[in-house]
Amino acid sequence: MAITRKDVLHLAELSNISLSEEQIEPLIRDLDNIVNYFSQLDELNTENVEPTYQCFDMQNVWREDEIKEFEANREDLLALTVESEDNQVKVPKVL
Amino acid sequence: MKIADKNTKAVDLVRAALEKAKEYEDYHAFISMNEAHALERAREIDAKIEKGEEVGRLAGVPFALKDNYLSPEGNTTAAAKMLEDFPAPITATAVKKLEDEGAIMIGRANLDAYAHGGSTENSYFGPTSNAYDKTRVAGGSSGGSAVAVALDIVPFALGSDTGGSIRQPASFNGVYGVKPTYGTVSRYGVVAMASSTDTMGCFAKDAADANLVMSIIAGKDEKDSTTLDDFWTKDLADAKASKKKIGLITDFMGDGVDADVKKTTEDYANKLKKAGYKVEEVSLPILKYALAIYYIVQPAEVASNLSRYDGIRYGHRAKEIHNLGDIYSKTRDEGFMPENKRRILIGNFVLSSGFFDAYYLKAQKARTLLINAYNEAFEKYDALLCPVSPSPAFKIGENTSDPLKMYLEDVMTVPPSMAGLPAISVPAGKNKAGLPIGVQLVGPRKSDQVLLHIAAELEGK
Repeated sequence: MAITRKDVLHLAELSNISLSEEQIEPLIRDLDNIVNYFSQLDELNTENVEPTYQCFDMQNVWREDEIKEFEANREDLLALTVESEDNQVKVPKVL
Repeated sequence: MKIADKNTKAVDLVRAALEKAKEYEDYHAFISMNEAHALERAREIDAKIEKGEEVGRLAGVPFALKDNYLSPEGNTTAAAKMLEDFPAPITATAVKKLEDEGAIMIGRANLDAYAHGGSTENSYFGPTSNAYDKTRVAGGSSGGSAVAVALDIVPFALGSDTGGSIRQPASFNGVYGVKPTYGTVSRYGVVAMASSTDTMGCFAKDAADANLVMSIIAGKDEKDSTTLDDFWTKDLADAKASKKKIGLITDFMGDGVDADVKKTTEDYANKLKKAGYKVEEVSLPILKYALAIYYIVQPAEVASNLSRYDGIRYGHRAKEIHNLGDIYSKTRDEGFMPENKRRILIGNFVLSSGFFDAYYLKAQKARTLLINAYNEAFEKYDALLCPVSPSPAFKIGENTSDPLKMYLEDVMTVPPSMAGLPAISVPAGKNKAGLPIGVQLVGPRKSDQVLLHIAAELEGK
């Protein structure tokens, strides 16, 4: 087994998803199957091969640092939050 | 497609589309309808025509919008509970460009939540049925868009294609599906999935319509720094293939591929020969590894892109929250579908320390080998021909219990995605049960119009 219960719980924590007990077993099985499928890449010799992160080798695309009007206004954006007060987004107490 | 003018009223075109959508409601192609706004826009266009004013190349043409494109009318849900009540504050560039040419969005089409899936069964709002057999899947993730075009509700629809999400549903429903070169159409205002392979494209009934829609939505956009300078500028008739040579990919014609799918692809190769193309068999063994590459790279990007759904700034927030940590973790448990969670977990697995080199880095190196193999093939061929999917549309529920089996459906569509290449799905035939089968043409970067030109030449033959 490439993926254990401990792995799934750790990944859920990294992913910030609280999983109920009934979701865990199927995830162990499915993730294990999927990760095993990945092992076929071991057949490929990738020694001295550079990775491709962007298909067209595009790297930094520069622009002038100018202030531009955004199409949405502050009120519309704040209206999307569950709670806001005095133009700020409100969250429960952290400490 | 029919365009509004002095004799054809935009209101009539839109009304007819809305009525048809209602008639076919049980296919569940749409998540929501945009009736009031659409009719209002149609009246505006008719008034302009009456006055002799300019109305654009798609005046009064109704279209379906995959519900991961942001647009202010109604909610943009991405077919997820997370965004069920999300009124978009901005408009996607592609939508704006279409509307500037007079096109009218009549409804938001169903998809797999966050475009994660190949059947539209992962929609929070329930699956879409295939246009030819209600017991079968629409394909996905842009299933609703494909079915809306196949049922003649609208002449075109927008979709997004990260690993096959336009091409496979197009094949399953007998319509054209265009996945352009990476960077052709702005991704601005579309819910991000895997940013290095996300592309925006369309569904249409023929090559000319697909070309018209793509020519409008293509082009550089300062809001998406990966967009290319507009190259979609030719008349379709002039976008001729220079070598007149097509490679038939043998690696996707072997075991595990449905006999009717193989036969349809061979028939298409013969039609190409009759039209004056030289067709040769070619093997690119690396293509078979593309699926493993894709299901490492794509979830990694998904995990990163979906980290923005935190229950704070917008979207769903779980109730009974007592601390900040719960906001994130409970909201994300409730707001995402099981497939979304699977991909986020896989993504964080391949990116985590200890596994990064073995999976993520290995996959990105293999991606280079894949791109090299394509480059070599395109020195010889204008385009590569292969099926879109190993089988015609499968039954609803057939593949839902085994995610890996569902992923294997993408084996033929992910290779060009990982290389950023244009690929189109062309309706090519039907099996004995009457289910449509498409073929796929893949070309070098920016050869999109050549692919459509080739397909147009074979239409009706």
